[in-house]
Amino acid sequence: MRVSTDWLSDYISLEGVSAEELAGRITSAGIEIDVIEKRNQGISKVVVGYVKSKEKHPDADKLNVCVVDAGQEEDLQIVCGAKNVDAGQKVPVALVGAKLPGGLDIKKAKLRGVLSQGMICSAKELGMNDKLLPKELQEGILVLPADTEIGKPIVDVLGLNDEVMELDLTPNRSDCLSMLGAAYEVSAILGRELSLPEPEKDIVEVHERAADHIAVTIGAKEQCTHYAARYISGVTIAPSPLWMQNRLMAAGIRPINNIVDITNYVMLEYGQPLHAFDADRLENGAVHVRMAEDGEKMVTLDGQERTLAPHMLVIASGGKPVALAGVMGGLDSEVTDNTVNIFLESAKFDGGTVRKTSRQLGLRSEASSRFEKEVDPAAVIPALNRAASLMAKYAGGKVHQGIAEAGSAASEPKVITLSLEKLNRYLGTDLSLLEVKTIFSRLHFASGDAAQGLVDVQVPTRRGDITLDVDLIEEVARLYGYDNIPTTPIEGPTTPGSLTKAQAIRRSLRKLLTHGGFQEVLGYSFIHPKQAERFTALEQEGKAVKLAMPMSEDRSVLRTSLLPQLLDIAAYNLNRKQPDLALFEIGNLFHTHEEVLTKQPQERPVLGLLLSGRTGAKQWNVQPAKVDFFDLKGAIETVLDYLGIAADQISYEANQPAGFHPGRSASVFVQHGGNKQLLGVLGQIHPKLQQELDLEDTYAAEILLAPLYELTNDRVAYRDLPRFPGMERDLAIVVNEEVEAGSLIQVIRENAGELLQQVQVFDVFTGSKLGEGKKSVAISLMYRHQDRTLTDEEVAQVTEKAVTALQQTFGAELRK
Amino acid sequence: MKEKLEALKQEALAQLQDVSDPQRLNDLRVKYLGKKGALTEILRGMGQLSAEERPVIGQVANDVRGAIEEVIASKQEAFLQQETEERLRAEKVDVTLPGRKLAQGAIHPLSKVIQDIEDIFIGMGYRVAEGPEVETDYFNFEALNLPKNHPARDMQDSFYLTEDLLMRTQTSPVQARTMLAMEGEVPVKIICPGRVFRRDDDDATHSFQFHQIEGLVIGENIRMSDLKGTLLQFVQEMFGENTQIRLRPSFFPFTEPSAEVDVSCVKCGGSGCRVCKHTGWLEILGCGMVHPKVLEMGGYDPEKYSGFAFGMGVERIAMLKYGVDDIRHFFNNDTAFLKQFTRI
Repeated sequence: MRVSTDWLSDYISLEGVSAEELAGRITSAGIEIDVIEKRNQGISKVVVGYVKSKEKHPDADKLNVCVVDAGQEEDLQIVCGAKNVDAGQKVPVALVGAKLPGGLDIKKAKLRGVLSQGMICSAKELGMNDKLLPKELQEGILVLPADTEIGKPIVDVLGLNDEVMELDLTPNRSDCLSMLGAAYEVSAILGRELSLPEPEKDIVEVHERAADHIAVTIGAKEQCTHYAARYISGVTIAPSPLWMQNRLMAAGIRPINNIVDITNYVMLEYGQPLHAFDADRLENGAVHVRMAEDGEKMVTLDGQERTLAPHMLVIASGGKPVALAGVMGGLDSEVTDNTVNIFLESAKFDGGTVRKTSRQLGLRSEASSRFEKEVDPAAVIPALNRAASLMAKYAGGKVHQGIAEAGSAASEPKVITLSLEKLNRYLGTDLSLLEVKTIFSRLHFASGDAAQGLVDVQVPTRRGDITLDVDLIEEVARLYGYDNIPTTPIEGPTTPGSLTKAQAIRRSLRKLLTHGGFQEVLGYSFIHPKQAERFTALEQEGKAVKLAMPMSEDRSVLRTSLLPQLLDIAAYNLNRKQPDLALFEIGNLFHTHEEVLTKQPQERPVLGLLLSGRTGAKQWNVQPAKVDFFDLKGAIETVLDYLGIAADQISYEANQPAGFHPGRSASVFVQHGGNKQLLGVLGQIHPKLQQELDLEDTYAAEILLAPLYELTNDRVAYRDLPRFPGMERDLAIVVNEEVEAGSLIQVIRENAGELLQQVQVFDVFTGSKLGEGKKSVAISLMYRHQDRTLTDEEVAQVTEKAVTALQQTFGAELRK
Repeated sequence: MKEKLEALKQEALAQLQDVSDPQRLNDLRVKYLGKKGALTEILRGMGQLSAEERPVIGQVANDVRGAIEEVIASKQEAFLQQETEERLRAEKVDVTLPGRKLAQGAIHPLSKVIQDIEDIFIGMGYRVAEGPEVETDYFNFEALNLPKNHPARDMQDSFYLTEDLLMRTQTSPVQARTMLAMEGEVPVKIICPGRVFRRDDDDATHSFQFHQIEGLVIGENIRMSDLKGTLLQFVQEMFGENTQIRLRPSFFPFTEPSAEVDVSCVKCGGSGCRVCKHTGWLEILGCGMVHPKVLEMGGYDPEKYSGFAFGMGVERIAMLKYGVDDIRHFFNNDTAFLKQFTRI
């Protein structure tokens, strides 16, 4: 809402308060004002002039030489290039020595040899927003009404000595979508008296009855509680007075003609939107307020044909809709230059209905934005009267006796009981009854005497946002000043602060991984549908969830895997010459098991890892190695070890999870409570996908966090340190290439007995010496007895047993 | 014989004096003291001496050996010293060459800010609560006193999945869920960090996905002055002990009274600069006393209990704290940006 301080001064004295100061005080009382617009952007010595004559410039086709009476001692000769300049006009004249916005200084000059003693100005040259002017005045000079006084400073004529505050209203303060609402607010803040218009006193009715010309009925009583109309006959359509136009422009509304301008002016003044119909275009001057019929059509003021739906409220006449209630009038019944008789509407339409209609049709207007937020029911009649009296005054109309009306306004103030004790307890203040009552009186809320600390407060209907005692407490608090409320610590029992186990584990993971060189990233929760189909191994039954109205296809589905975005991030960094990447993300995956979504999808937290390029930074004395599967697997093993999850609970299976290189990928399982549960997937990204994304060899993994939360074991139990030396034996075993090291180890463990403490692979190689399809696996075995030193014989014996088992199971040979 | 020994001694010492390399020293040691050396050679003649002479000559021979050995030892010592010095000289490194660093990543700056804020509130006795990113219309709006058609829904254009399900537009639904889970128990003291979503076009200050942290306290005697006290303590721990706050009345459907909170500018301290647009203040959070309807829907009697709630944007705070000028950096994940946060 743009509030002109000049207009505001009609209702309340702003003497001694600058616009800046006022804006600051309004802001600290709850309505933010960021912008104060000075309408005079640096104009001096510009006055009204009368163009006495216009002649063509002797040497320039496009220039005219005008003689102008600007109230100076002598007439001025001014060269003017505007097409629309003409003799007989009143125009703004910048005299020699004048200053214009943008720092233009006007000097005596010769234009193509002809003396010019000043300049005739356009609206734009005066710093005005010319978009609010009719088109012909946007292009040429500003033409003023014929009765404008010659020599008068233009800033006075155009009301430019005005500063406009832009109120940034929160949705609850729609009462300040009107000048009077703003005046009430300022009065409460400054504690100054209000002087309000009194339309009931001003209005002069003629003898003829309105009821003989117009009639009103309501069919949709829930959507329209009150509909009132007046009949004004014999109006002359003309421009509205300049002061009114100036105020409309200050508020950001384009002047049209006296009738339309008056409805807009009163809407701005009271916050009550009005509509003027050409009464002769209504059938018998009668309207009926009803719901639209399905598929019913009408052409709105903007020339568009609209197809209506049954939830829309219309004003109908003769069975046809003539206006979309509270949103926009119809083209057929619009006020035109030929209109003589006016049907003036002022009504209370339901906010939700107007909102739904305007949303659905994509039609927002000054009126709809006010109705949406519920207008003050008590303003319907005063606004109607105010506009009617202005139409009598400025359009020469006769206001007929009486108001045609249906429904009624519930305009009784609400009474809310407030406990002074609660107020002080709630705010932490120590306000007296007198202080509180003073604040209410400044708000123009009547308050009764306090009985047992309870005060009855009458809340006028214009403040529809106030319904509870806490709303009154807020009014007191904001006018008392939030700064004046004390600062206290919470009293009462203390509570221990904490993270949940899951939160603590996620933090530990972040710490562990970052200290291991991984960088945390954060992706979006939305991905492309194609990406959602890439990595499906973690959740094969669940489906991806789509947004109903995505902003783009790229972000239209909730992510089913962290990997697509980790890959995007890798590609992004690769493009920036940052190819060596170790990334992780902790985030949620979304899946549904429903065909049609009716409940919240499954949200599962996962850890995503990505490695690409080389390990470690480029350094002068280290040969960086390309990352491989085992760097990734090692990271996962480190995580699981750190969380205290025993290695023998975990198994890796090369089961070719979707999206990965089939020979360099695996699923991780955890043995838990007798069940084998999928924990995650890891591996090299499928080379086809790598190529598609322009990636180097990239390894990625995704691990479900929920099972980790459950299995995490943070209890460290001390074990006795060994007191006797262990014995080591190394085996080099030649087996077929497809035999997995894991199986070898398993067989060794099963056969080498209890003395075996540790089995470790320390070398794997293939070569022609071994024979086609063979590989050598070097394994180190470590034996120890808790209570004595081992003998060579017993170690040889158990080792032999393991070797025999390897031979039998895998046809393994011992390499000597 | 005695003369022979003396002569040997003189000769040996004279030769030793000029020795300049360890090899020559060793040669001389062998020559004079070795098993087949000159001294042994002379002493072979001991057998011909009388019993009286033997101990005397023996003594002289020992003195000669001792004298030669002493010189050899000192020469050896000198050579060892020299050798060590040479080796140390040869082993000299260029200390200005860079060291091999430990591999070190960083947590994301938004995680860092969230953890910092969590830690401050944990220290003040708060639990950290979480909720789903996909919310029901009820918890995201209705339970927070924004019934369907409420004008405040204008302020947030949302990502709906169905008519009833949407990406949460705020972390406040976690408050509603926590209240129901607590079943009327007090005190409630939680903060809820998390991702939220709004249909905004991305630019330097807007992102359709961002993070919020909400706080909620409910008890028997919670006052607006407690809210001020809590926030003041928080901002002083977060931004420094001289930070001040300023509350301005505002509107949120789930609180009454409501306020926007400014902190004194983290850059200039309040004297006015580019960051605070020369106002000295930065808007960082919204707060208020929990609306009675919200308490009621959460199972708390508003006549008996009161509470306060506050909420802040994590990106906003991270931008202020680290001087980041474009919110898109947080989700581009350029490692050149992220690595800047590899610090305590």
